[in-house]
Amino acid sequence: MSDSQDGTRTIKVDYLARVEGEGAMYIKIRNNALEDVKLKIFEPPRFFEALLRGRDFREAPDITSRICGICPVAYQMSAIHAMEDLCGVRVQGALRELRRLFYCGEWISSHTLHIYMLHAPDFLGYPSAVEMAKDHPEAVERGLALKKIGNDIMNLVSGREIHPVNAKVGGFYRAPARSELSALREKLLHARELALQTVEWTGTLDFPEFQQDYTFVALRHGNEYPMNEGRIVSNRGLDIPVSAYDEHFEEQHVDYTNALHCVMKPEGSSYHVGPMARYALNFDQLPSDIQGAAKAAGLGSVCTNPFQSISVRAVEVLYAVDEALRIIETYAPPEESSIIVEPKAGTGYAATEAPRGLLFHRYTIDDDGIIKDANIVPPTSQNQKMIEDDLRSFVSTCLDKTDDEIQYLSEQAIRNYDPCISCATHFLKLEIDRE
Amino acid sequence: MADKPKLAVWKFASCDGCQLSLLDCEDELLTVADHITIANFPEASRAVLDGPYDLSLVEGSITTAHDRDRIQEVRRQSKFLVTIGACATAGGIQALRNFTDVQAFMDIVYASPEYISTLDTSAPISAHVKVDFELRGCPINKHQLLEVINAFLNKRNPNVSPNSVCIECKKRGTACIMVTQGTPCMGPVTQAGCGAICPAYNRGCYGCYGPMESPNTSSLANAMQDLGVTEAELQRMFRAYNAEEPAFRQEGDCHGEESQ
Repeated sequence: MSDSQDGTRTIKVDYLARVEGEGAMYIKIRNNALEDVKLKIFEPPRFFEALLRGRDFREAPDITSRICGICPVAYQMSAIHAMEDLCGVRVQGALRELRRLFYCGEWISSHTLHIYMLHAPDFLGYPSAVEMAKDHPEAVERGLALKKIGNDIMNLVSGREIHPVNAKVGGFYRAPARSELSALREKLLHARELALQTVEWTGTLDFPEFQQDYTFVALRHGNEYPMNEGRIVSNRGLDIPVSAYDEHFEEQHVDYTNALHCVMKPEGSSYHVGPMARYALNFDQLPSDIQGAAKAAGLGSVCTNPFQSISVRAVEVLYAVDEALRIIETYAPPEESSIIVEPKAGTGYAATEAPRGLLFHRYTIDDDGIIKDANIVPPTSQNQKMIEDDLRSFVSTCLDKTDDEIQYLSEQAIRNYDPCISCATHFLKLEIDRE
Repeated sequence: MADKPKLAVWKFASCDGCQLSLLDCEDELLTVADHITIANFPEASRAVLDGPYDLSLVEGSITTAHDRDRIQEVRRQSKFLVTIGACATAGGIQALRNFTDVQAFMDIVYASPEYISTLDTSAPISAHVKVDFELRGCPINKHQLLEVINAFLNKRNPNVSPNSVCIECKKRGTACIMVTQGTPCMGPVTQAGCGAICPAYNRGCYGCYGPMESPNTSSLANAMQDLGVTEAELQRMFRAYNAEEPAFRQEGDCHGEESQ
């Protein structure tokens, strides 16, 4: 598609590859100036907020995990924490540690999937990791081995890696014995080597020169790198409890996409959630040796080049492996695998850090524990406008390139966010529901 | 080998988890790729080869007019079509919309329904085209997926048991939690395949693999009522991840608050 008579170039990708779910990209260039950029999501909606109505509050973790097969743990954790917030329960001690271990498994597995199988092929010029494996077998095999250890953690803690079965409101159905967790130790020591190599390896990739002045939004806990708990903070001074989310963020319905665009009030500005935001806002919570590994791979304490997100993910994998080791080594089984949670009428809120960023849940239930209203805001809805902003800035810097080159680089720019379109779609209208 | 069979993976309304199962075969993925050409698998590769395809794996349910047309095209291009997961084999969790007045449902959730096109129901793939094999589960078991691919490559029938989860509990050595602990369990009426994970984790099976070959659902419902399970709870148990499977639909219809 070269220049047409009127100087208009249109670059379209009808079905984006190596992302989760169904999306398309549309770029229009006119007289050598960028005129329009759209990330279209055409994945069919599945009405989760509606089908949750009338279900028991204890069913929310399992039902919402079906929103996403790539990050089911995130959905289970946000749903569980929101229900516990609603019922006035706090889960501490060994059960809290087990949840963190469970989440480490998902971070390792999901991030490694993206680093090696979805994102790295862009940097090295292959259509897929399978093709890449012919020339870079050691890298792909390292990725698969590391990903498998993430899955092993989820399997042990909760039965299976996709839609795990053991987590519940109040704790777990069954708490593992110390000896069961110890069996993971050798694997994790090996994983630590692989994770360190991954950080180093991502540092050797060529990154397009592209720095952005992002508004980063993530949880901040204060005593640990955030996963399950914390306040919602930004690098522009936002610092709010999770329950105030709706006062500071809103979703806008846009006609060309099946997912809402989330923006920050009052200006309606885009913001950035995910590994780069967590990293920028919580760098001080990383152990010094991991900070050192990050710096050796070319990262500062803040990373503003989205193409380098692959390195930030690698750093988070290294952290998650370390954290899993720490938890396993200090684990003493809880006396009870869960605490009893009695329903009471009200509204509860939670946000946890899914691999792709902040995942917000809000539920209202009645005295019998029946769900009356549900609102879920996944990370990709929040990043969707940011992705378009990135594309707009980035494509403007490469208008002299061919359409094929622009298309390739634009796809790579979208994959910087590890977008999960399956997640984003299923929420389309909840905001509107409330208005 | 220029004539390796061509594999395509297709997605309809779903969570992506069942196709992810293929990428979760960390130890086997590269070996599978030695024996089969991954010709169309957008989640894994940006390279797409034209059809026809020797084996199509189809994930997800049919919920839009566009997808209703697309599955016909997929069928035309596929020599052998296998559906993977509860969305594709039974309509999935999103088939809960089938139990409500869809217009009321839409009015609740949509401010701008003109932006969205959707059918009244979420339907399994088999409601629209001929399916050569259905692999059950929410999610599917990746070892069963490998077995299906292997069986296809070797031109034999997949070895997938139609028995109940109870058989897998016996194999695993898990004491029956319904008998010994009084925990309500869907295992007796649910197809095996998951490895009986839930009872091993001290939890009743919740039926994510759908009904087994000859399920006695009413007998199980009676036993659950003896354990104190309410009518509304019984209905929710049968109306979940495989709500549109006939045996579960029928039993779910027998319960609910209105029948108390």
